[in-house]
Amino acid sequence: MSRRTPLLRRIVTTDLPVALIVCFAIGPYLWMVLTSLTPDKRLAAIGVALAPVDWVIENYERLFSRTTFIENLGNSLIVASGTVVVGLALSITAAYAFSRFRFRGRRFLMLQFLVINMFPIVLLILPLFVMMRRLGLLDTHAALIIANATIAIPFSVWMLTSYMNGIPTELDEAAMTDGCSRTGALWRIVLPLCWPGMVATGIYIFITAWNEYLYALTLGGRKVRTMTVALQTLIGEYQIEWGLLTAGGVVGALPVTILFLVVQRRLVSGLTAGAVKG
Amino acid sequence: MTRRRKGGATLPYWLLSPAVVVTLFIVFVPMAEAVFLSLHDYLIWKPTSFAFVGLKNFITALGDEVFWISAWHTLIWIGLTVPAQMLLGLVTALLLNRTFPWRGLARALVIIPWALPSVITALMWRWIYDANNGVLNDILVRIGVLQSAFPWLADPDSALLSIVLTLTWQGFPFFAVMILAGLQAIPSSHYEAADIDGATTWQQFRHVTLPGIAGVLVTAGLLRLIWVANSIDVIFVMTGGGPGYATYTLPLYAFIEARTSLNFGYGSALAVMFTIILGAFIVFYLRRAGRSLEA
Repeated sequence: MSRRTPLLRRIVTTDLPVALIVCFAIGPYLWMVLTSLTPDKRLAAIGVALAPVDWVIENYERLFSRTTFIENLGNSLIVASGTVVVGLALSITAAYAFSRFRFRGRRFLMLQFLVINMFPIVLLILPLFVMMRRLGLLDTHAALIIANATIAIPFSVWMLTSYMNGIPTELDEAAMTDGCSRTGALWRIVLPLCWPGMVATGIYIFITAWNEYLYALTLGGRKVRTMTVALQTLIGEYQIEWGLLTAGGVVGALPVTILFLVVQRRLVSGLTAGAVKG
Repeated sequence: MTRRRKGGATLPYWLLSPAVVVTLFIVFVPMAEAVFLSLHDYLIWKPTSFAFVGLKNFITALGDEVFWISAWHTLIWIGLTVPAQMLLGLVTALLLNRTFPWRGLARALVIIPWALPSVITALMWRWIYDANNGVLNDILVRIGVLQSAFPWLADPDSALLSIVLTLTWQGFPFFAVMILAGLQAIPSSHYEAADIDGATTWQQFRHVTLPGIAGVLVTAGLLRLIWVANSIDVIFVMTGGGPGYATYTLPLYAFIEARTSLNFGYGSALAVMFTIILGAFIVFYLRRAGRSLEA
């Protein structure tokens, strides 16, 4: 009896409230999955099919055979991967400089990268459109990669700086005593050690670029239409085919959900390191 | 010191130059151009009509009824969404900080709303709110709260609040994760000391937990404030600003002005004004937050 009371108490004060919050968090997602498995006719007449016997995959078949969704996923993949490459490549050396050197203007430059992240996207979207039009880059992958890089570069500089700060400077110094140059120390010592941090940062950039919508809508077009824009165009003029739409939502969300679950612990530690200490 | 070696003084600048030069060209030049555009009459389909008009666009905005409606909605939007996200995030973090067998699973699942693309979030909730077949109406009618289905997103009185709920759903995991990290950084000795002093649960929360996570709350609050203020994709997909102007916020108004009216001059002016207001708001927030942290 004395053992059951604390258990019961724990269930009432902890497990039940947590279960409620978890339901709130994943309920809409599960509802989308259920809707995507319901045949269209049934959806209009009776509603979402809750029992597995009524589930069909016809919405997914239609999605892949009748729409250009595969192509759109491909575009999203190109844009997101391109953004990862650009974002990481440009920020590795910058993060190394912030982490290992004390120089004039360091604070100002670091602040600059922080402030960029706070600029309203709506402030940049119009001039970027004008710029891409002038350069003839509208409706290309390059335009979307450049636009996404405005978010990815500052983010990546901050994350990589924080990861590199975690690698003792004695290691670089030891390498340089052994005859390595400064940049040699970066490539041979620091990069291999902050590899996990780079993977986490890269995955987060990938997720952000994959999920991005406004730039893709404004700077993309018929040739380069990403998954997010394509989903919105699936909405018909007069009625919405919810079965088809939710099937697209499930497929579009799947890669990022999996990546996020893989990377969340490392990402959280990187993101919160500054916030908690500072 | 090795960095005193020959050439060492310029090395950090060389290392920084790729990132700095690129951001200069893709962020700071466009930003300056936004300010430049805002001083001009510029309809993008009439390239010849590019004319300098000084502050005319800004003056027009101040007399524009939609501008004030949008500004008011932006205030409501931030004022409801950020506290709601923070409160729900705080409760979630406090619960997830306790020990129970499925804690790892719960932590992973709670984060999911944060990972989803905004477009999918918006469509998902549109479906939930749907007037004909939406599950929300279905549930509310069944338990007797509503007599008949209610058009949540088509009614001017409920549209903005409905989107606030969606954004609360999308944003609370961020707070939960940040606050959880803050909670874990509070040394358990503080709680033990409070226990010895005979502090009640509420007193412990008030005098140990809250001061311990105050820094995180301020930082996370600021990040979310900026993010929520800027976030227009969810509104754009859910209602497109409608019905009427019921869900217009300032950045959305700027975006729609440029996108549908193709009025880049006025759109840029709205965007610039929004940025200035947001900047002022951030400074105010930091002052207030800084003061309350010291107190």
